Amino acid sequence: MALKGFAGFAIRKASGAVITIFVIICANFLIFRLVPGDPIRLLFRDPRASAAAMAALRARFGLDGTLWDQFVAYLRQLFLHRDMGLSFVYGEPVWDVIAGRIPQTLLLVLIGLFIAGVVGTLLGAMAGWKTGTKFDSVVVSFSLSMYSIPTFAMGIILLMIFAVTLGLFPLGGMYTRGADLTGWAYVRDVARYLVLPTAAIIVWYLGQYVIITRSSMQDVLDQDYIAAARTKGLKESTVLRRHALRNAILPVVTITGLDLAFAIAGVIQVETVFRWPGIGRLMYESVLKRDYPVLQGLFLVFAVVIVLANLLVDLTYGYLDPRIKVGGGS
Amino acid sequence: MSRLVTLLQRLKDYFKLLLTHKMGLVGVVVFVIFGIIAIFAPFLRTVDPIRTGLPVNVLTPPSSQFWFGTDHLGRDIWSQTIYGARVALLVGLTGAAATVCIGTLVGLIAGYFGKILDEVIMRIVDFFMMLPGLPLMIILAALLGPSIWNIILVISITYWPWTARVIRSQVLSIKERAFVEASRSVGASDRLLIFGEILPNVVPLMFAQAILLITEAIYAEAVLAFLGLGDPTTISWGMMLNFAFESGLMHRKIYWVVPPIASIVVLIISLTFLGTAVSDIMKPGYREARGL
Repeated sequence: MALKGFAGFAIRKASGAVITIFVIICANFLIFRLVPGDPIRLLFRDPRASAAAMAALRARFGLDGTLWDQFVAYLRQLFLHRDMGLSFVYGEPVWDVIAGRIPQTLLLVLIGLFIAGVVGTLLGAMAGWKTGTKFDSVVVSFSLSMYSIPTFAMGIILLMIFAVTLGLFPLGGMYTRGADLTGWAYVRDVARYLVLPTAAIIVWYLGQYVIITRSSMQDVLDQDYIAAARTKGLKESTVLRRHALRNAILPVVTITGLDLAFAIAGVIQVETVFRWPGIGRLMYESVLKRDYPVLQGLFLVFAVVIVLANLLVDLTYGYLDPRIKVGGGS
Repeated sequence: MSRLVTLLQRLKDYFKLLLTHKMGLVGVVVFVIFGIIAIFAPFLRTVDPIRTGLPVNVLTPPSSQFWFGTDHLGRDIWSQTIYGARVALLVGLTGAAATVCIGTLVGLIAGYFGKILDEVIMRIVDFFMMLPGLPLMIILAALLGPSIWNIILVISITYWPWTARVIRSQVLSIKERAFVEASRSVGASDRLLIFGEILPNVVPLMFAQAILLITEAIYAEAVLAFLGLGDPTTISWGMMLNFAFESGLMHRKIYWVVPPIASIVVLIISLTFLGTAVSDIMKPGYREARGL
């Protein structure tokens, strides 16, 4: 490799990501053509349909010609027109169907992530600071339990307690149908629907943040500068705030957004349980209706987002890590 | 032969150590209880869990006849819950075993032969690790069709890279040790070295991986079944929740959802405890720190 330093490192990583995405696209195309049975015949079970009508449908959904022809057409559509085909169910472009659901998902995930991040980091830092105490063991076993409960089960539990038994929140959806609210009234309405799904997301994420911050805090407390700060005679609370906490949070920040696959799995379950109209719920609906083009599109979107997020993290690390800058190692 | 005895002795030591760990003990006890329920399910059930009681016994609340009530098709919820343990453990154990076998084989080959082969295999492993797990499982399960064996297959396809990676790094360090070099110098074949010398040393790690994978597999089956991708010829806890959810009657029939949810939650939390305990006791120096 002639290229040295960060530029070479970045180019290597980026080309790796491009290759990965291309392989995912190929695999994604192939998986869906390997379905036993003819998807068009499965979907449109009308025996009166003429051969010509079936052929027209095949052409409309890009299912005519040899596998190679289909593959070339698929790639051309994808790269030249950013076209992922038509939804079997909606008859609209797959990308439009998916894009229409993204804002709702972001609203849910960003709020949930933010609250879980703040609360989880503080709890984890406290637990790490007081390692071995009663507080620590309660926080750890609680987080471990919350973290391991399947998210859809947690969703149903929250639904049963707070929506059904106590009647505090609606059962599901995103806004009151038929109410036609506008302005602040609409925001307040959506907020009521948002509480339980957000809580389910928070509960899931909280455990992860607690465990990571706790061990990060334990590492920091072993460092010499903490001992130095203590020997200087600083108050414990000052050592905690000024020296320990600040350093313990660093790795947590870089971890946020890293585990996207984990986040996607949670969103699919939470949105399904609470009928929240985001991309997670779209995946469930598409499974039920066997809307293969939408499933294919969703998988591609999820996979590409994960690859890009990983690339971003790699590049950030590479930029911050002097060894990579100088040596150009992988 | 003596090697096998040593190996069994080592595993027995680990198991004893596990029982001294509080979380480990809880995990083992709960797992055994669920195992007993699964094995003796035909004796514990009151009626056939998939026999419908239409049209008379639909959605009856718990009673002396139907201990946990009945569902929308008049099926007995107590018996369904009992049989759900069978599905969970079948998927958990088989899925974990299949995944550990694939992952270990790949890890052994990549770690032992190294060089280009290792490079190529690890690229493939990295590729699979990059894929979003749950969407991958959902799509494969939807395409392959609903059956318990397809769910197990889908779980193995999704999780093997993690095991392969862990086993490989262990193999890398084992193959440099003196006893492997000694065998090699007296002309042992690659196959003998891999399966005779290296494999026995990764067995404890395989068990640790299996515990984590049992948890993941049970979790994955529950989620897939809840999303409507369960095997229609069996009843699992995830499917019971799917029926309750899809019927739109869930919120009026709490007795319908409590048994499956409680079963999933208790089993998975105790398996998580077990996993934590296993990784604790396998840390170097654990025994010494405890004065054991």
